Amino acid sequence: MTELRHTPDPTLSPALRAEALESLLLERGLVDEKTIETFIRTYETAVGPMNGAKVVAKAWTDPEYRRWLLEDGTAAIASLGFKGPQGEHMVVLENTPGVHNVVVCTLCSCYPWPVLGLPPSWYKDPAYRSRVVKEPRAVLAEWGTELAPDVDVRVYDSSSEVRYLVLPERPPGTEAMSEEELAALVTRDAMVGVRKVALP
Amino acid sequence: MTTPTLELDVDGPAAPPRSNGELVFAEPWEGRAFGLTMALVHGGTISYETFRAALIERITAWEEAAQPGESFGYYRCWLQALEQVLAGAGLVSAREVGERSTAFAARPAGHDHEHDDDHDHDHGRDHVG
Repeated sequence: MTELRHTPDPTLSPALRAEALESLLLERGLVDEKTIETFIRTYETAVGPMNGAKVVAKAWTDPEYRRWLLEDGTAAIASLGFKGPQGEHMVVLENTPGVHNVVVCTLCSCYPWPVLGLPPSWYKDPAYRSRVVKEPRAVLAEWGTELAPDVDVRVYDSSSEVRYLVLPERPPGTEAMSEEELAALVTRDAMVGVRKVALP
Repeated sequence: MTTPTLELDVDGPAAPPRSNGELVFAEPWEGRAFGLTMALVHGGTISYETFRAALIERITAWEEAAQPGESFGYYRCWLQALEQVLAGAGLVSAREVGERSTAFAARPAGHDHEHDDDHDHDHGRDHVG
């Protein structure tokens, strides 16, 4: 037996009901905000860019694949089974000690879905879209990515024709790690280029 | 921090919408409802099996009642299933949810989208710890 009724009242949208339910559960101490946030984050961000992380880890461990990936990103990525809308023309940008690439879509929110999932909200934010072009170093510093003055910072503007994926630098101290272990280190933020890959 | 993840259905009626293997939330509340459910399962308040059974029940009910051309809302069913399980366990009744929703609906404009703004500014979070 259920008490559920489908109310025709349009003001009682599912968004409101979800919020109401959450507030009641929080009040009763049945859940806490932090745990909810953690789960959303895990599924939206950690699980989201898993495909891209696999591409990066493979490039780090297989020089032949790395060469192919930088030459023909679309084909090399598709060979791992990652293709589909918003990934038809992929270009992979390699970060090196002397070059740091970062990706934006100044017009809207073009983003390589097949490898990174859906774009995070900050990527769609007008502030990021305009500022990263004008003052990339300052924006990167806010992300905790401090770059030496001699590092060449390159900002790439995605479009409906070309989607970029940053191939981050492999962090030192990971020589003994397997491809799978390496993939677990690679974050969405590093593949957009706002952060470097770090050891946990 | 490692968050335990659940084995979500990949196909069949209870499988959440995915794009290229990843979960897709069309609106922020869908992600909230998802996270809320996972947190309740994680804390042992509800069991995932019970929830999943309720979800399949709601989806089946929708399919039977749907008008031609009506678009399917997976997370609408998800939310109904969650409400059903919580009401069944005597934790939150449908009436309480209805009353609270009505109260929220009456808030002045500009105060009804707090989840869109409060939780998105995640800069720096990966550096914690």
